[in-house]
Amino acid sequence: MRPILMKGHERPLTFLKYNRDGDLLFSCAKDHNPTVWFADNGERLGTYRGHNGAVWSCDISRDSSRLITGSADQTAKIWDVKSGTPLFTFNFDSPARSVDFAVGDQIAVITTDPFMGLTSAIHIKHIARDPDDRMAEIGESVLILKGPQGRINRAVWGPLNRTIISAGEDTLIRIWDSETGKLLKESDKEEGHKKPITSLSKSADGSHFLTGSLDKSAKLWDTRSLKLIKTYVTERPVNAVTMSPLLDHVVLGGGQDASAVTTTDHRAGKFEAKFYDKILTEEIGGVKGHFGPINALAFNPDGRSFASGGEDGYVRLHHFDPDYFNIKL
Amino acid sequence: MADVMSMDDIRATAARLNVDLSSLDLDSIRLPAGEDFGVISDDEDLKKDESLEFEEGFGNIIVVDNLPVVPKEKFEKLEGVVRKIYSQIGVIKEDGLWMPVDPDTQKTLGYCFIEYNTPQEAELAKEKTNGYKLDRSHIFAVNMFDDIEKFMKVPEEWAPPETKPYTPGENLQKWLTDEKARDQFVIRAGSDTEVLWNDARQSKPELVYTRTYWTESFVQWSPMGTYLATVHRQGAQVWGGATTFSRLMRYAHPQVKLIDFSPGERFLVTYSSHEPSNPRDTHRVVINIFDVRTGKVMRDFKGSADEFAIGGTGGVSGVSWPVFRWSGGKDDKYFARIGKNVVSVYETETFALIDKKSIKVENVIDFSWSPTDPILALFVPELGGGNQPARVSLVQIPSKEELRQKNLFSVSDCKMYWQSNGDYLAVKVDRYTKTKKSTYTGFELFRIKERDIPIEVLELENKNDKIIAFAWEPKGHRFAVIHGDNPRPDVSFYSMRSGTNTGRVSKLTTLKGKQANALFWSPAGRFIILAGLKGLNGQLEFYNVDELETMAQGEHFMATDVEWDPTGRYVVTAVTSVHEMENGFNVWSFNGKLLYRILKDHFFQFLWRPRPPSFLSPEKEEEIAKNLKKYSKKYEAEDQDVSMLLSEQDREKRRMLKEEWERWIGEWKRLHEEEKLERQKLRDGEASDEEEEYEAKEVEIEELLDVSEEVISFD
Repeated sequence: MRPILMKGHERPLTFLKYNRDGDLLFSCAKDHNPTVWFADNGERLGTYRGHNGAVWSCDISRDSSRLITGSADQTAKIWDVKSGTPLFTFNFDSPARSVDFAVGDQIAVITTDPFMGLTSAIHIKHIARDPDDRMAEIGESVLILKGPQGRINRAVWGPLNRTIISAGEDTLIRIWDSETGKLLKESDKEEGHKKPITSLSKSADGSHFLTGSLDKSAKLWDTRSLKLIKTYVTERPVNAVTMSPLLDHVVLGGGQDASAVTTTDHRAGKFEAKFYDKILTEEIGGVKGHFGPINALAFNPDGRSFASGGEDGYVRLHHFDPDYFNIKL
Repeated sequence: MADVMSMDDIRATAARLNVDLSSLDLDSIRLPAGEDFGVISDDEDLKKDESLEFEEGFGNIIVVDNLPVVPKEKFEKLEGVVRKIYSQIGVIKEDGLWMPVDPDTQKTLGYCFIEYNTPQEAELAKEKTNGYKLDRSHIFAVNMFDDIEKFMKVPEEWAPPETKPYTPGENLQKWLTDEKARDQFVIRAGSDTEVLWNDARQSKPELVYTRTYWTESFVQWSPMGTYLATVHRQGAQVWGGATTFSRLMRYAHPQVKLIDFSPGERFLVTYSSHEPSNPRDTHRVVINIFDVRTGKVMRDFKGSADEFAIGGTGGVSGVSWPVFRWSGGKDDKYFARIGKNVVSVYETETFALIDKKSIKVENVIDFSWSPTDPILALFVPELGGGNQPARVSLVQIPSKEELRQKNLFSVSDCKMYWQSNGDYLAVKVDRYTKTKKSTYTGFELFRIKERDIPIEVLELENKNDKIIAFAWEPKGHRFAVIHGDNPRPDVSFYSMRSGTNTGRVSKLTTLKGKQANALFWSPAGRFIILAGLKGLNGQLEFYNVDELETMAQGEHFMATDVEWDPTGRYVVTAVTSVHEMENGFNVWSFNGKLLYRILKDHFFQFLWRPRPPSFLSPEKEEEIAKNLKKYSKKYEAEDQDVSMLLSEQDREKRRMLKEEWERWIGEWKRLHEEEKLERQKLRDGEASDEEEEYEAKEVEIEELLDVSEEVISFD
């Protein structure tokens, strides 16, 4: 099927996320306005206005009522999905990068970048059920984790909110105890990534996750034991990864650095979303289209469509043809 | 004896021997000459090399001998003359000219010392004035001061050189006996250099030898594939061996830049150019010709870059490599270079000019050897505004007899293309149109092997077409031309002898509008790749000239190089580091099937290992061609076995992977189930994720937008 081109952002895309029902798609970009779209036809529903800097990531509560966004304006905001009104603002001293709701949507993990002498950090925050319910008091972090060098590009919750998995510029994946803040596990330097990790995506049941790195590979890990399961090797730095919830497919997106993008031919950069067989780690195919590296990828929870967001400012929504579901290797 | 002695050990020993260490300068201790106390030096090699370099600090002093012996009165005059001669070449140091005087007779001794500012100037002075005729009885003999000692050491009596016992070397051609009849290639990526087998059956290369920092600039196979040459600051080296690559020989040549093997790989030519001490001078060029096997310098050439530039007019454009071009054939008998109004042909027996003189050809600007015979093709451009026509002539060596000559009029440029068997010579001639404003192109085709060497003129149908590329079919009678205007030129094929008329060139076909700018014939002929390199994005068309049909089309984006393997079975397209991205190479079968691709960052070089010409007699070759079916059966069976094995292994591997994956999935399911309740608790009792299936309901919403009442009258 022809992809649906969604032009709503004026700057490069940074993050894409479907809600649990798979009917809404939330997009974040370097312009200041996260946007929500109908996942079905790509119609724009609205934007969330209030941030004053690039928005790096977002997450949606299970019931699709709340949206949390992390922005370079040193805040993370909670929004009412329906009305688009900001409910609460967490203020930090450095840009917020990654946000993730825990199971139950009562706590969230937010990472902040190293900035003006401050080191990067992982913050755990309480989210009140009722916005009027003394929100101001719970702006304080429950726990702050520090240690990793450089930016932490992604931090997500482990099973039962007991752990937090972080990955970033120092190429290591770490598992922390979300209660005590103790570092539990660290990925092996030998078998791990060799260059900064740009993205991390959990499987639907959270049992394993995929990391993409500038070392031109993506790796699949067991969430509980942090054991390396698979490695997918590609030809370009990987900026974004996602996994199909339906089939054993993983999708990698990337391309060279925006600064190194040539002006010659879009084929040169190979800005394709590459499909790999999850088990055999073999390339199945690619979806072309973006005129720049792919920065964000997300699979619809029903596994029948996926969205990609590029440096070119477009979100492309792909609904699979029927023969996609019959691919045999 | 311990290899290394610690300071404590030394102190202890000193105390034992009652030696006061503080009164001793340890650095002043020297071993007696020729004594190593049982410690064998591991750089014996280095020592040998050192004897080659005479950096003793007098490199800038020369000794001029055979000066006239003059009395005191004439001393100043002679000194003046000498100074005049030598200060032309370089700056003589203050008090740098010393002419010793016999204290008894007050006469000079007939020699003097001259000290220059730099060794380069001294070297130049030696070259330029050695043999200088001051007058009939005084011919200068100039030597480097440093060399004098060496000359003194020459023993008076000739002693027969020691004959070393013969040690059989490795079989340097072992790679040709590969059971799977594979070919090797060398690649250079980053700092690594690797030699690999092209294992097309397994669709991957197999490593033979790899080494980091093997070469400092590039590597090169010898023309028959026996040696791999690496280039270093100190000189060149060649490597080879039966199973691995070990160093066979070194050729000292400081700052060597370029190397070139003779076609029979008997000789190696090395080239370097050096910054002049005086910026107004041209670069100095040093060329050495080594014997590959013994490593001896057979002859060296030194001079300014001007002298080695083609036609003596280069100057700015510099030296075109190779300076020395070797005559065809595997005997390496002759080599030649072009000079101002001369072509100098040397023979390798004595490394001297044939008949001791160069061939005089006024204004010659280009020449080339036949690839098989000692025949030189020379090109002389038009002179005197068209009064004297341009000329292409064929000269037989060593007789220097002109075999054939052709005068050409209103020529702007000429290029010569030899067919690989030396059967034909095509001369591409660019001529001015009458108005002299533009040029058009034609070909002069020489049939070398026929009586009297007939010449045929070929003009394209559209005379104004630009010629983009020309290529002879190796060992064949056909050639291909890309002509027309970019970006979609035509490709035409011609045959020098087709069916009925063997004496005339005829066109086979023209392919219109191809995205191609380069032609690559298979070394076995018959197949050709029309390639659109670089600007044309790496379009490839695999064409069968026998059937005149396209076999396949492909693309290797931004390909910069196309290299056929020496057998013509496989072809490689590569993107080298001239492009920033997608560095690596693709291996294709001759008919355009992509077999495998390898990506390498900073990919510099890809070179197939050449093969020597077949050892089979023509009869045997014909016999094989006749019974090809019989022979191919065996290989086909092997191929099948391999592919069966591969698919079997592949299936097995997949099964294993699937099983392993199933285990993971099972484990995860179990854990997920275990945690179900806890998850539910975290969600305040809400049923956990996938357990409750939601269903899509169609909800119809009616919205009242506007209500208006209107009275409609019935007429």
